[in-house]
Amino acid sequence: MQDLIEGRVWTLGRDVDTDQIISGKYLTIIDPNELKKHVLEIALPEFATRARPGDILVAGENFGSGSSREHAPQAMRAIGVGAVVADSFARIFYRNAINLGIPTIEARGVRAIFETGDVARIEMRSGRIANARTGASVPFPPLPHHLLELLEAGGLVEKVRRELAARAGSRGPP
Amino acid sequence: MTPSTRGHGATLVEKVLARASGQETVTPGEIVEGSVDLAMMHEQGAQTVGPFHEMGATSVWDPERVVIAIDHWVPASTEGAAVLHRILRKFAAETGLPHFYDVGQHGICHQILAENGWVVPGDLAVGTDSHTNMLGAMGALATGIGPTEMAAVLALGRLWLKVPETVHIRVDGRLGPGVTAKDLVLRILGEVRTTGAAYRAVEYSGATIERLSMPERFTICNMTTEMGAKTGVVAPDQTTFDYLAPIAKHAMHPMTPDADARYERSIDIRVDDMPPMVACPFSPDNVRPLPDVVREHVKVDQVFLGSCTNARIEDLREGAVLMKGQKVAKGVRFIVSPASTRIYEQCLREGIIETFTEAGAVFTSSSCSACFGGNMGILAPDEVCASSSNRNFPGRMGAKEARIYLMSPAAVVATAIKGEIADPRDYL
Ligand code: SF4
Repeated sequence: MQDLIEGRVWTLGRDVDTDQIISGKYLTIIDPNELKKHVLEIALPEFATRARPGDILVAGENFGSGSSREHAPQAMRAIGVGAVVADSFARIFYRNAINLGIPTIEARGVRAIFETGDVARIEMRSGRIANARTGASVPFPPLPHHLLELLEAGGLVEKVRRELAARAGSRGPP
Repeated sequence: MTPSTRGHGATLVEKVLARASGQETVTPGEIVEGSVDLAMMHEQGAQTVGPFHEMGATSVWDPERVVIAIDHWVPASTEGAAVLHRILRKFAAETGLPHFYDVGQHGICHQILAENGWVVPGDLAVGTDSHTNMLGAMGALATGIGPTEMAAVLALGRLWLKVPETVHIRVDGRLGPGVTAKDLVLRILGEVRTTGAAYRAVEYSGATIERLSMPERFTICNMTTEMGAKTGVVAPDQTTFDYLAPIAKHAMHPMTPDADARYERSIDIRVDDMPPMVACPFSPDNVRPLPDVVREHVKVDQVFLGSCTNARIEDLREGAVLMKGQKVAKGVRFIVSPASTRIYEQCLREGIIETFTEAGAVFTSSSCSACFGGNMGILAPDEVCASSSNRNFPGRMGAKEARIYLMSPAAVVATAIKGEIADPRDYL
């Protein structure tokens, strides 16, 4: 994970729940490349076809509320979302997104300083997100060490893989 | 033994996390690694299998502590669902997971955990479903996680958790006739709102809560999810122990909050004159007194008595009392889905199935059924549904325009009879 993340912004409203990100009828889909065709279908219908890798979602309060469906952040990862930023997140979405290695940033007041099409610059370690067009910026509490480590590893799968490998290694050669 | 306090007292959830992380005390905001007492998966667990193998894991940390309960599409209603079930069956066979509630013993995952005593006081329990919170009624920290995280839990038996702040909700007074635990939790939601307990634990107490049965406590803790909370808990008492005594699957570590526990905030609620409540479209916190909505003559197309919130035997019995000798209104589809196969069998023995079907309702096998808009009882655009479930967001039960009203089991049955949103007290 690099310290500076930059990308084109798509804005969303408040209370965008997981039903609006991936609706119930797609929950039997496992392939993320299939899922991504339906991402944000209810909340932002043009996103799935027009998003480019590295684009950044900027939402209002309570983003990702509702069910525990990991389909939501998975579809975002498959489409190549560079970061998800919101005034606040629902907790399971937040965990899922971080565990999948998506930079997920809670920054109060962030929604108000962006419009769709702006470019966002996020400084992960110092904790600031700025609008490159207007110069407006808001601070955010940098992620705790534990979560930065998770993102650096590229997500939970890689982190546990390393841990299990180290464990097997420490048992010595067979 | 309960962990010692830290000058000012510890809340119930702090005590559970202290035990789970092997620490003397924990502080809100701190990240701890907690040992898991019980892990539960439903169909979403099929997505756990890929990451589990990618992690290089070959065995599950403790197969005796893992429950799989398929519930969303049971029996499989699409080819996609059939594949999910197959992935899980194969995984259970390969890793030697004995506790698989397959078609025939099936039920909604949270009800399966509850009625089989899989979660007991003091546990840290996780499940691949957001309403895992329901099991907090056992005096445990029960919470929802995603399938990738579940893969890590299966491999290691632990996960990271941020110690949450606790919101204390104290409820006093007597619920009137026709006013239920569902009405109470809707009332609380109207106050706390969908973000009011985000990242936090909610601890329920007070004379009203103490008088509630376990099924009623399940309903309350279930909808704590709709407050954005990590978990909702009730301290274990004689009611909890009586419920669990014949069924508990492992040793209990009962804990109660210290008298001087530090809460982020406390909310006092009196219920003496509370009417039944209803959550109107399109959010579970858009709560109004039911009589106000009744005056607006809201016609319904479908009524659903089901879901992990309110489809236990007590709910269905209560509904059947109102339904007996009545008919479902013309033009209304009434779907009744028990929360587990065991409850289905009880309904069969008690004549409850007959009462509903004679009235013109559809009584289905146990499953999540119409609750989530992906299996059956799906709503068309512009349709209106009264439901005993827990969510009414756009698109929750089908078309995004469909309007869902969340109510108590008694209120949905009254609505099925009248054909428009009704007050159950008019049918008592
Ligand atoms: S009944 Fe509804 S809320 Fe409960 S687990 Fe099933 S889909 Fe989720």
